Amino acid sequence: MRRLTALSIFLIILIGLKTGQAKEKIQFNRDIRPLLSDNCFACHGPDEHERKGKLRLDITEGGAFEDRDGFQAIIRKDADNSEIIARMISDDEDEIMPPPETGKKLNPQQIELIKRWINEGAEYEGHWSFNIPTKSSDPKTNPIDHFIDSRLKSQGMEMSPVAPSHTLIRRISLDLTGILPTPSEVSHFSKEYNADPIKAVSNVTNRLMNSPRYGERMATFWLDLVRYADSIGYHSDTNMDVYLYKEWVINSFNSNQRYDQFTREQIAGDLLPNPSDEQKVASGYNRLLQTTEEGGAQPKEYVAIYAADRVRNVSGAWLGGTLGCAQCHDHKYDPYTAKDFYSMAAFFADIKEKAVGRRDPGMSVATGQYKKQLAELDKTINTLTKKTTVISPEIIDAQSDWEKSLSASTTPLLMKWHLIGPLPGGDPQKAFNTEFGPEKGIDPKAVISGKKWQDRADLADGKIHNLGSAANSAWYLYRLIKSPTATQLPVSLGSDDGIRVWLNGKEILKNNSARGAAPDQEKVTLELKEGNNQFLMKIVNHAGGSGFYFKAKGNELPPAIAAAIRVPANERNESQKQAIEQYYLSISPAMAETRSKIAALQKEKSEMQKNLPRTLVSISTKPREMRILPRGNWLDDSGEIVQPGIPEFLGKIKTKNERANRLDLANWIISKENPMTSRAFVNRLWKLFFGTGISSNVDDLGSQGKWPSHPKLLDWLAVEFVECGWDIQHMIKLIVGSKAYAQSSIVSPKLNEKDPLNELFARQSRFRVDAEMIRDNALFISGLLSERIGGKSVKPYQPAGYWRHLNFPARKYSHDNNENQYRRGLYTHWQRSFLHPSLLAFDAPSREECTAERPRSNTPLQALVLLNDITYVESARSFAERIIKEGGTDPVARINWALETALSRKGNEKEIKILSELQANQKARYTADVDSAKAFNETGIKSTSDKIDPAELASWTTIARTILNLHETITRH
Amino acid sequence: MNNIDFQLNRRSFLNRSGAGIGSVALASMLNDEIKAENNPADKWTGVIQKPHVPIKAKRVIHLCMAGGPSHLETLDYKPELAKMNGKPMPQSFTKGQPIAQLQGNKNLTCLGPQHEFKNYGKSGQHISSIFPEIGSVADDIAIVRSMVTEQINHDPAHTFMNTGTQISGRPSMGSWLLYGLGAETENLPGYVVLTSVGGGQNQPIAARQWHSGFLPSRFQGVPFHSKGDPVLYVSNPNGVNRQDQRAVVDSVNALNGIHNDQVADPEISARIAQYELAFKMQASVPGLMDVSKEPQHVLDMYGAKPGDGSFASNCLLARRLAERGVRFIQLYHRGWDHHGGIKNASKNTAGLVDRGSAALIKDLKERGMLEDTLVIWGGEFGRTPMAQGNGRDHHIKGFSLWMAGGGIKGGVSHGATDELGYNSVTDIVNVRDLHATLLHLFGIDYRKFSYQFQGLDFRLTGVKPASVIKPILA
Repeated sequence: MRRLTALSIFLIILIGLKTGQAKEKIQFNRDIRPLLSDNCFACHGPDEHERKGKLRLDITEGGAFEDRDGFQAIIRKDADNSEIIARMISDDEDEIMPPPETGKKLNPQQIELIKRWINEGAEYEGHWSFNIPTKSSDPKTNPIDHFIDSRLKSQGMEMSPVAPSHTLIRRISLDLTGILPTPSEVSHFSKEYNADPIKAVSNVTNRLMNSPRYGERMATFWLDLVRYADSIGYHSDTNMDVYLYKEWVINSFNSNQRYDQFTREQIAGDLLPNPSDEQKVASGYNRLLQTTEEGGAQPKEYVAIYAADRVRNVSGAWLGGTLGCAQCHDHKYDPYTAKDFYSMAAFFADIKEKAVGRRDPGMSVATGQYKKQLAELDKTINTLTKKTTVISPEIIDAQSDWEKSLSASTTPLLMKWHLIGPLPGGDPQKAFNTEFGPEKGIDPKAVISGKKWQDRADLADGKIHNLGSAANSAWYLYRLIKSPTATQLPVSLGSDDGIRVWLNGKEILKNNSARGAAPDQEKVTLELKEGNNQFLMKIVNHAGGSGFYFKAKGNELPPAIAAAIRVPANERNESQKQAIEQYYLSISPAMAETRSKIAALQKEKSEMQKNLPRTLVSISTKPREMRILPRGNWLDDSGEIVQPGIPEFLGKIKTKNERANRLDLANWIISKENPMTSRAFVNRLWKLFFGTGISSNVDDLGSQGKWPSHPKLLDWLAVEFVECGWDIQHMIKLIVGSKAYAQSSIVSPKLNEKDPLNELFARQSRFRVDAEMIRDNALFISGLLSERIGGKSVKPYQPAGYWRHLNFPARKYSHDNNENQYRRGLYTHWQRSFLHPSLLAFDAPSREECTAERPRSNTPLQALVLLNDITYVESARSFAERIIKEGGTDPVARINWALETALSRKGNEKEIKILSELQANQKARYTADVDSAKAFNETGIKSTSDKIDPAELASWTTIARTILNLHETITRH
Repeated sequence: MNNIDFQLNRRSFLNRSGAGIGSVALASMLNDEIKAENNPADKWTGVIQKPHVPIKAKRVIHLCMAGGPSHLETLDYKPELAKMNGKPMPQSFTKGQPIAQLQGNKNLTCLGPQHEFKNYGKSGQHISSIFPEIGSVADDIAIVRSMVTEQINHDPAHTFMNTGTQISGRPSMGSWLLYGLGAETENLPGYVVLTSVGGGQNQPIAARQWHSGFLPSRFQGVPFHSKGDPVLYVSNPNGVNRQDQRAVVDSVNALNGIHNDQVADPEISARIAQYELAFKMQASVPGLMDVSKEPQHVLDMYGAKPGDGSFASNCLLARRLAERGVRFIQLYHRGWDHHGGIKNASKNTAGLVDRGSAALIKDLKERGMLEDTLVIWGGEFGRTPMAQGNGRDHHIKGFSLWMAGGGIKGGVSHGATDELGYNSVTDIVNVRDLHATLLHLFGIDYRKFSYQFQGLDFRLTGVKPASVIKPILA
């Protein structure tokens, strides 16, 4: 950059003016706005607090054309007398604009452009991305090719030739799925392509978009924008469960969910009418931000930090804007005010969350396999349950036999309980010993210590019942036992704590143990006389809770059923009949097996529900008060209270006097009145398929963003996206089906001269693929890749001690030892403060903030990762096994097979020679040192085939390592 | 789109030139320059070719005392606070002020300084007696006693100290320096981070602290470890020796070269250079980290035992890195968070860092390197004059640090806090002033050093004006 002297810029602009631009009218947005924005707007722009001299230069009405005591900042068609020009060319340090201390400077050629603009009439334009896009024309050919061709023609250029078919399918496969084509897919495509290129491309596009890999590839792009991670980010950086959100994103892309609904569900899924579980999971978007649990963190401060984080993200991810920059002051370049910032923040003020502390565990969700399994369980339970209610003739017969057996028996009838208590006794011993009255005879009307007898038919037998927690107190329980004959009745009793029992006035049990109630603590046999027997039980509580247990042997009938049974069959009323019938069904031996099946299934169901995955979701609660924080200072409560609202210059959300909510925001974002959403998305989509956006700054479509290389194309695509119903796959088909997309990526010397940065798209782009894809393809080539979709994030190999600086708690990383070791990169556990070092080396973002563009660096650390990371060494070894097994027997054939597998093309003579020699040398070297060969072969958790000679395998592993390290292997071109 | 950083930078420059996409000719002219600068080593020499002010420092060693050392026990003695020990802290100081763990505590009491201070050196600098060794270099250091910061919790405060803002995703000062000036080393990263622990609870340190943020990732700090692989992935796989590795690197580079002949992609030449550099690093890094060949008297001076991972060893490594042309060396000692038992804890932690810190100054001086090596010693904030049990809470309104070498005057003090050590009151220095001073010593005017991201000009010092701490400049 240092050699880009003013001279060269001068020459360039001169040439530029002479050729292309000389006849073209100056356009404010294209030619002038970038200059004024960068050099002048900070003091003469939208931020009124910073505005100097009451002059703003970003709009016509900013005072530029006012008379200022004989001066005028801009005089139309008279640059020489315009004050701004005089200031720009002044020699006086106090006068010159921009002021030297800003470090900004306009060069003579830039000033010349501004002069020309003034002389042509100084016409302002609204900033392009804030105007609603329209289609300037509706071309008959592929519109992409139309706009690109016409731009190229105007420059006297044309598109590059079409790429060879093997390159094209490699490109399409990487772009759509992130995974290479297999050699057989390459040859199949090539055949089809030779016959009918358009059909071949359309077929492969459809095939790949229907592959689940498509959703995974697109999710990687989206997760960067919404800053998805598995840990909270700040300080202790502990884990949070939100991976179901990631799964939802993958599924949404795979089902080609429309972008408008995709938007609604993330921002406001919980506010949709009767939201489904999936929609609630989607609303986890609002919980993806960084949070803290640092001791001593001030909740109020973090409430402000979170609010700002959400504004930055929603404007960055959806609007491609920098509203987040208006936190402390009005935006310096775009018409966003600080009030707009806090009004946007207010949309999210309803989200329930703890400011400082552990995240809540989230909602448990039955997704995917669980959902299926639960539904199946419910179905089986229902079917079985129905079966148990069917009254067949057999059942009727069985019931009548059962009734007969009952009536024939001598089973005593246990009547309902009567209870009185608690009666205070002073201390445990006194309460136990004191005769409160009932032991002398039951008086139903008695009042003891203010308590009366209560009927307690609800106290069913065979269960532990709580009586209350009155300490040092007694309760009396009384019931009548009707016995058809004199008989013995064994009874199991339990008590908390002491117990005394009288039968027909005679005490038969006395025990004052301190204990909790349980069955079989006491066993007594009641000697019943014929007719009525009086059973009285005293329970004495020492401290804590109190309770009892009662069960008589052979007497499982609930009192109501028992009573109904006593009524002769022909005298029973309808409800008695039904009660008996229902009861019999519930105990019928014929149904016993079914009943135990149901019980087992219900247990399984509740276990599963307990272990369901949990995920953070949005829960709407009473909104927090949102104030404008002067200079972003959270301690300052003097600012105005604001309501949820969109940036004022973009309009207003209409609600019926209600506070606008997140759903209103989402609906505005994807409304036709929003000029940014669709542009921002198609611009980024374009970048996925061409390597750079039509407006090259995909972060910012605002004033400081970049004038699009093809504004009409960008707007056409933006409108098309809305008109086709926000159909992402429709847009992708348009792009991938274009001639422009199919061009060769080779830069001819001529093209290199004319357009080295490829802003005219006269060729395709070549670039190193994303971090995740590098991993995915090494695993794919080697045959190790697991293609399971979704699920908990996974832990690939990671150098020991990499997490040593994490604390609260200190953590040890244990890599996965199963299939999860070989999952795609996007499933890697995303630890914000220490992102997996192998992904980090290839520029995967920490996801602390919205990332619309990953850098593409080329560093020695990347070489170290590909050479030495266990993942890549193990992949090389597995690839070597494949080479030996699938590549034939001849070394040259094997090398060819390997190159085709990794590069989607055949090797050339020179390449084959280098690799053949390397293999031969390595074979000799490892034959002489088999121990090293074995050590090399044992890398990773997967065991090697012992059928292959160790030195042979090691030598081919070296070949495989070499191929996995090639620039071409990790390049999309 | 072209991918390497060179071209990205040039591209943003191009776009900033205002010619816009309209001038195809501009691009074609630029192309010659791009090609000319694509030297095979892809060495980055920085965007600042002509210094704005005279260059005083060529490298930084930042001794980061992580956790927040108490200024009251280290560099800022307060006799008034001693008198107030156990008495209520006057509300005039604390009302409405943000505090961390003491928030909501109604009965704030003063805790007197826990250690005696002494006058050291000819300059008579007043330093805590827990630092006898640092005392011995008192005449070489400038103490700043009037620091303030804006973040009161560890993680954001470190982020603030390193990047000038609490918001994640911004470049750290080491990355800024590399972006501006490049590094003098060819086979080591230009920005290296080392860490040690001991003396107090180990606050976590996120990789964010040495991240390059929106700057290209080649400018991020690279952590070196004294145990295990010194740099991640620097060791060969099992069963692979240096000759095997050489053979692979040679083959990769040869094949990449053949491919480049067909497609003429400058990224491939860069890739070839990076593989060479990586291979060199595999030898140079372990050599660098192996201090066992240092003379015994040097090891003794630092109090370093080879391979012990101590702060002292890291100080010695810092000197070795500085000698090899690394631009920014950052040592974190994670042991200064003394919420309780501050008397013993501060003494223990001081005992772990005192000798290494002082030895580094002496060693650099002996080698004639102190004059162009800037050493900064300090934490992310200070601690309260108020007691938290028998410890102190986080404090941002006044704290201390010291600097030495690289254009800094020795034996001076700058600024002061009030009588209780609560507020900085004289010659207040905030973090952006510190950053401006750092840049100044490297010949950079902070106002003229920015990077455009999301359309805005970002500076290390942020949006507010900053001032260089002139009185401590040599």
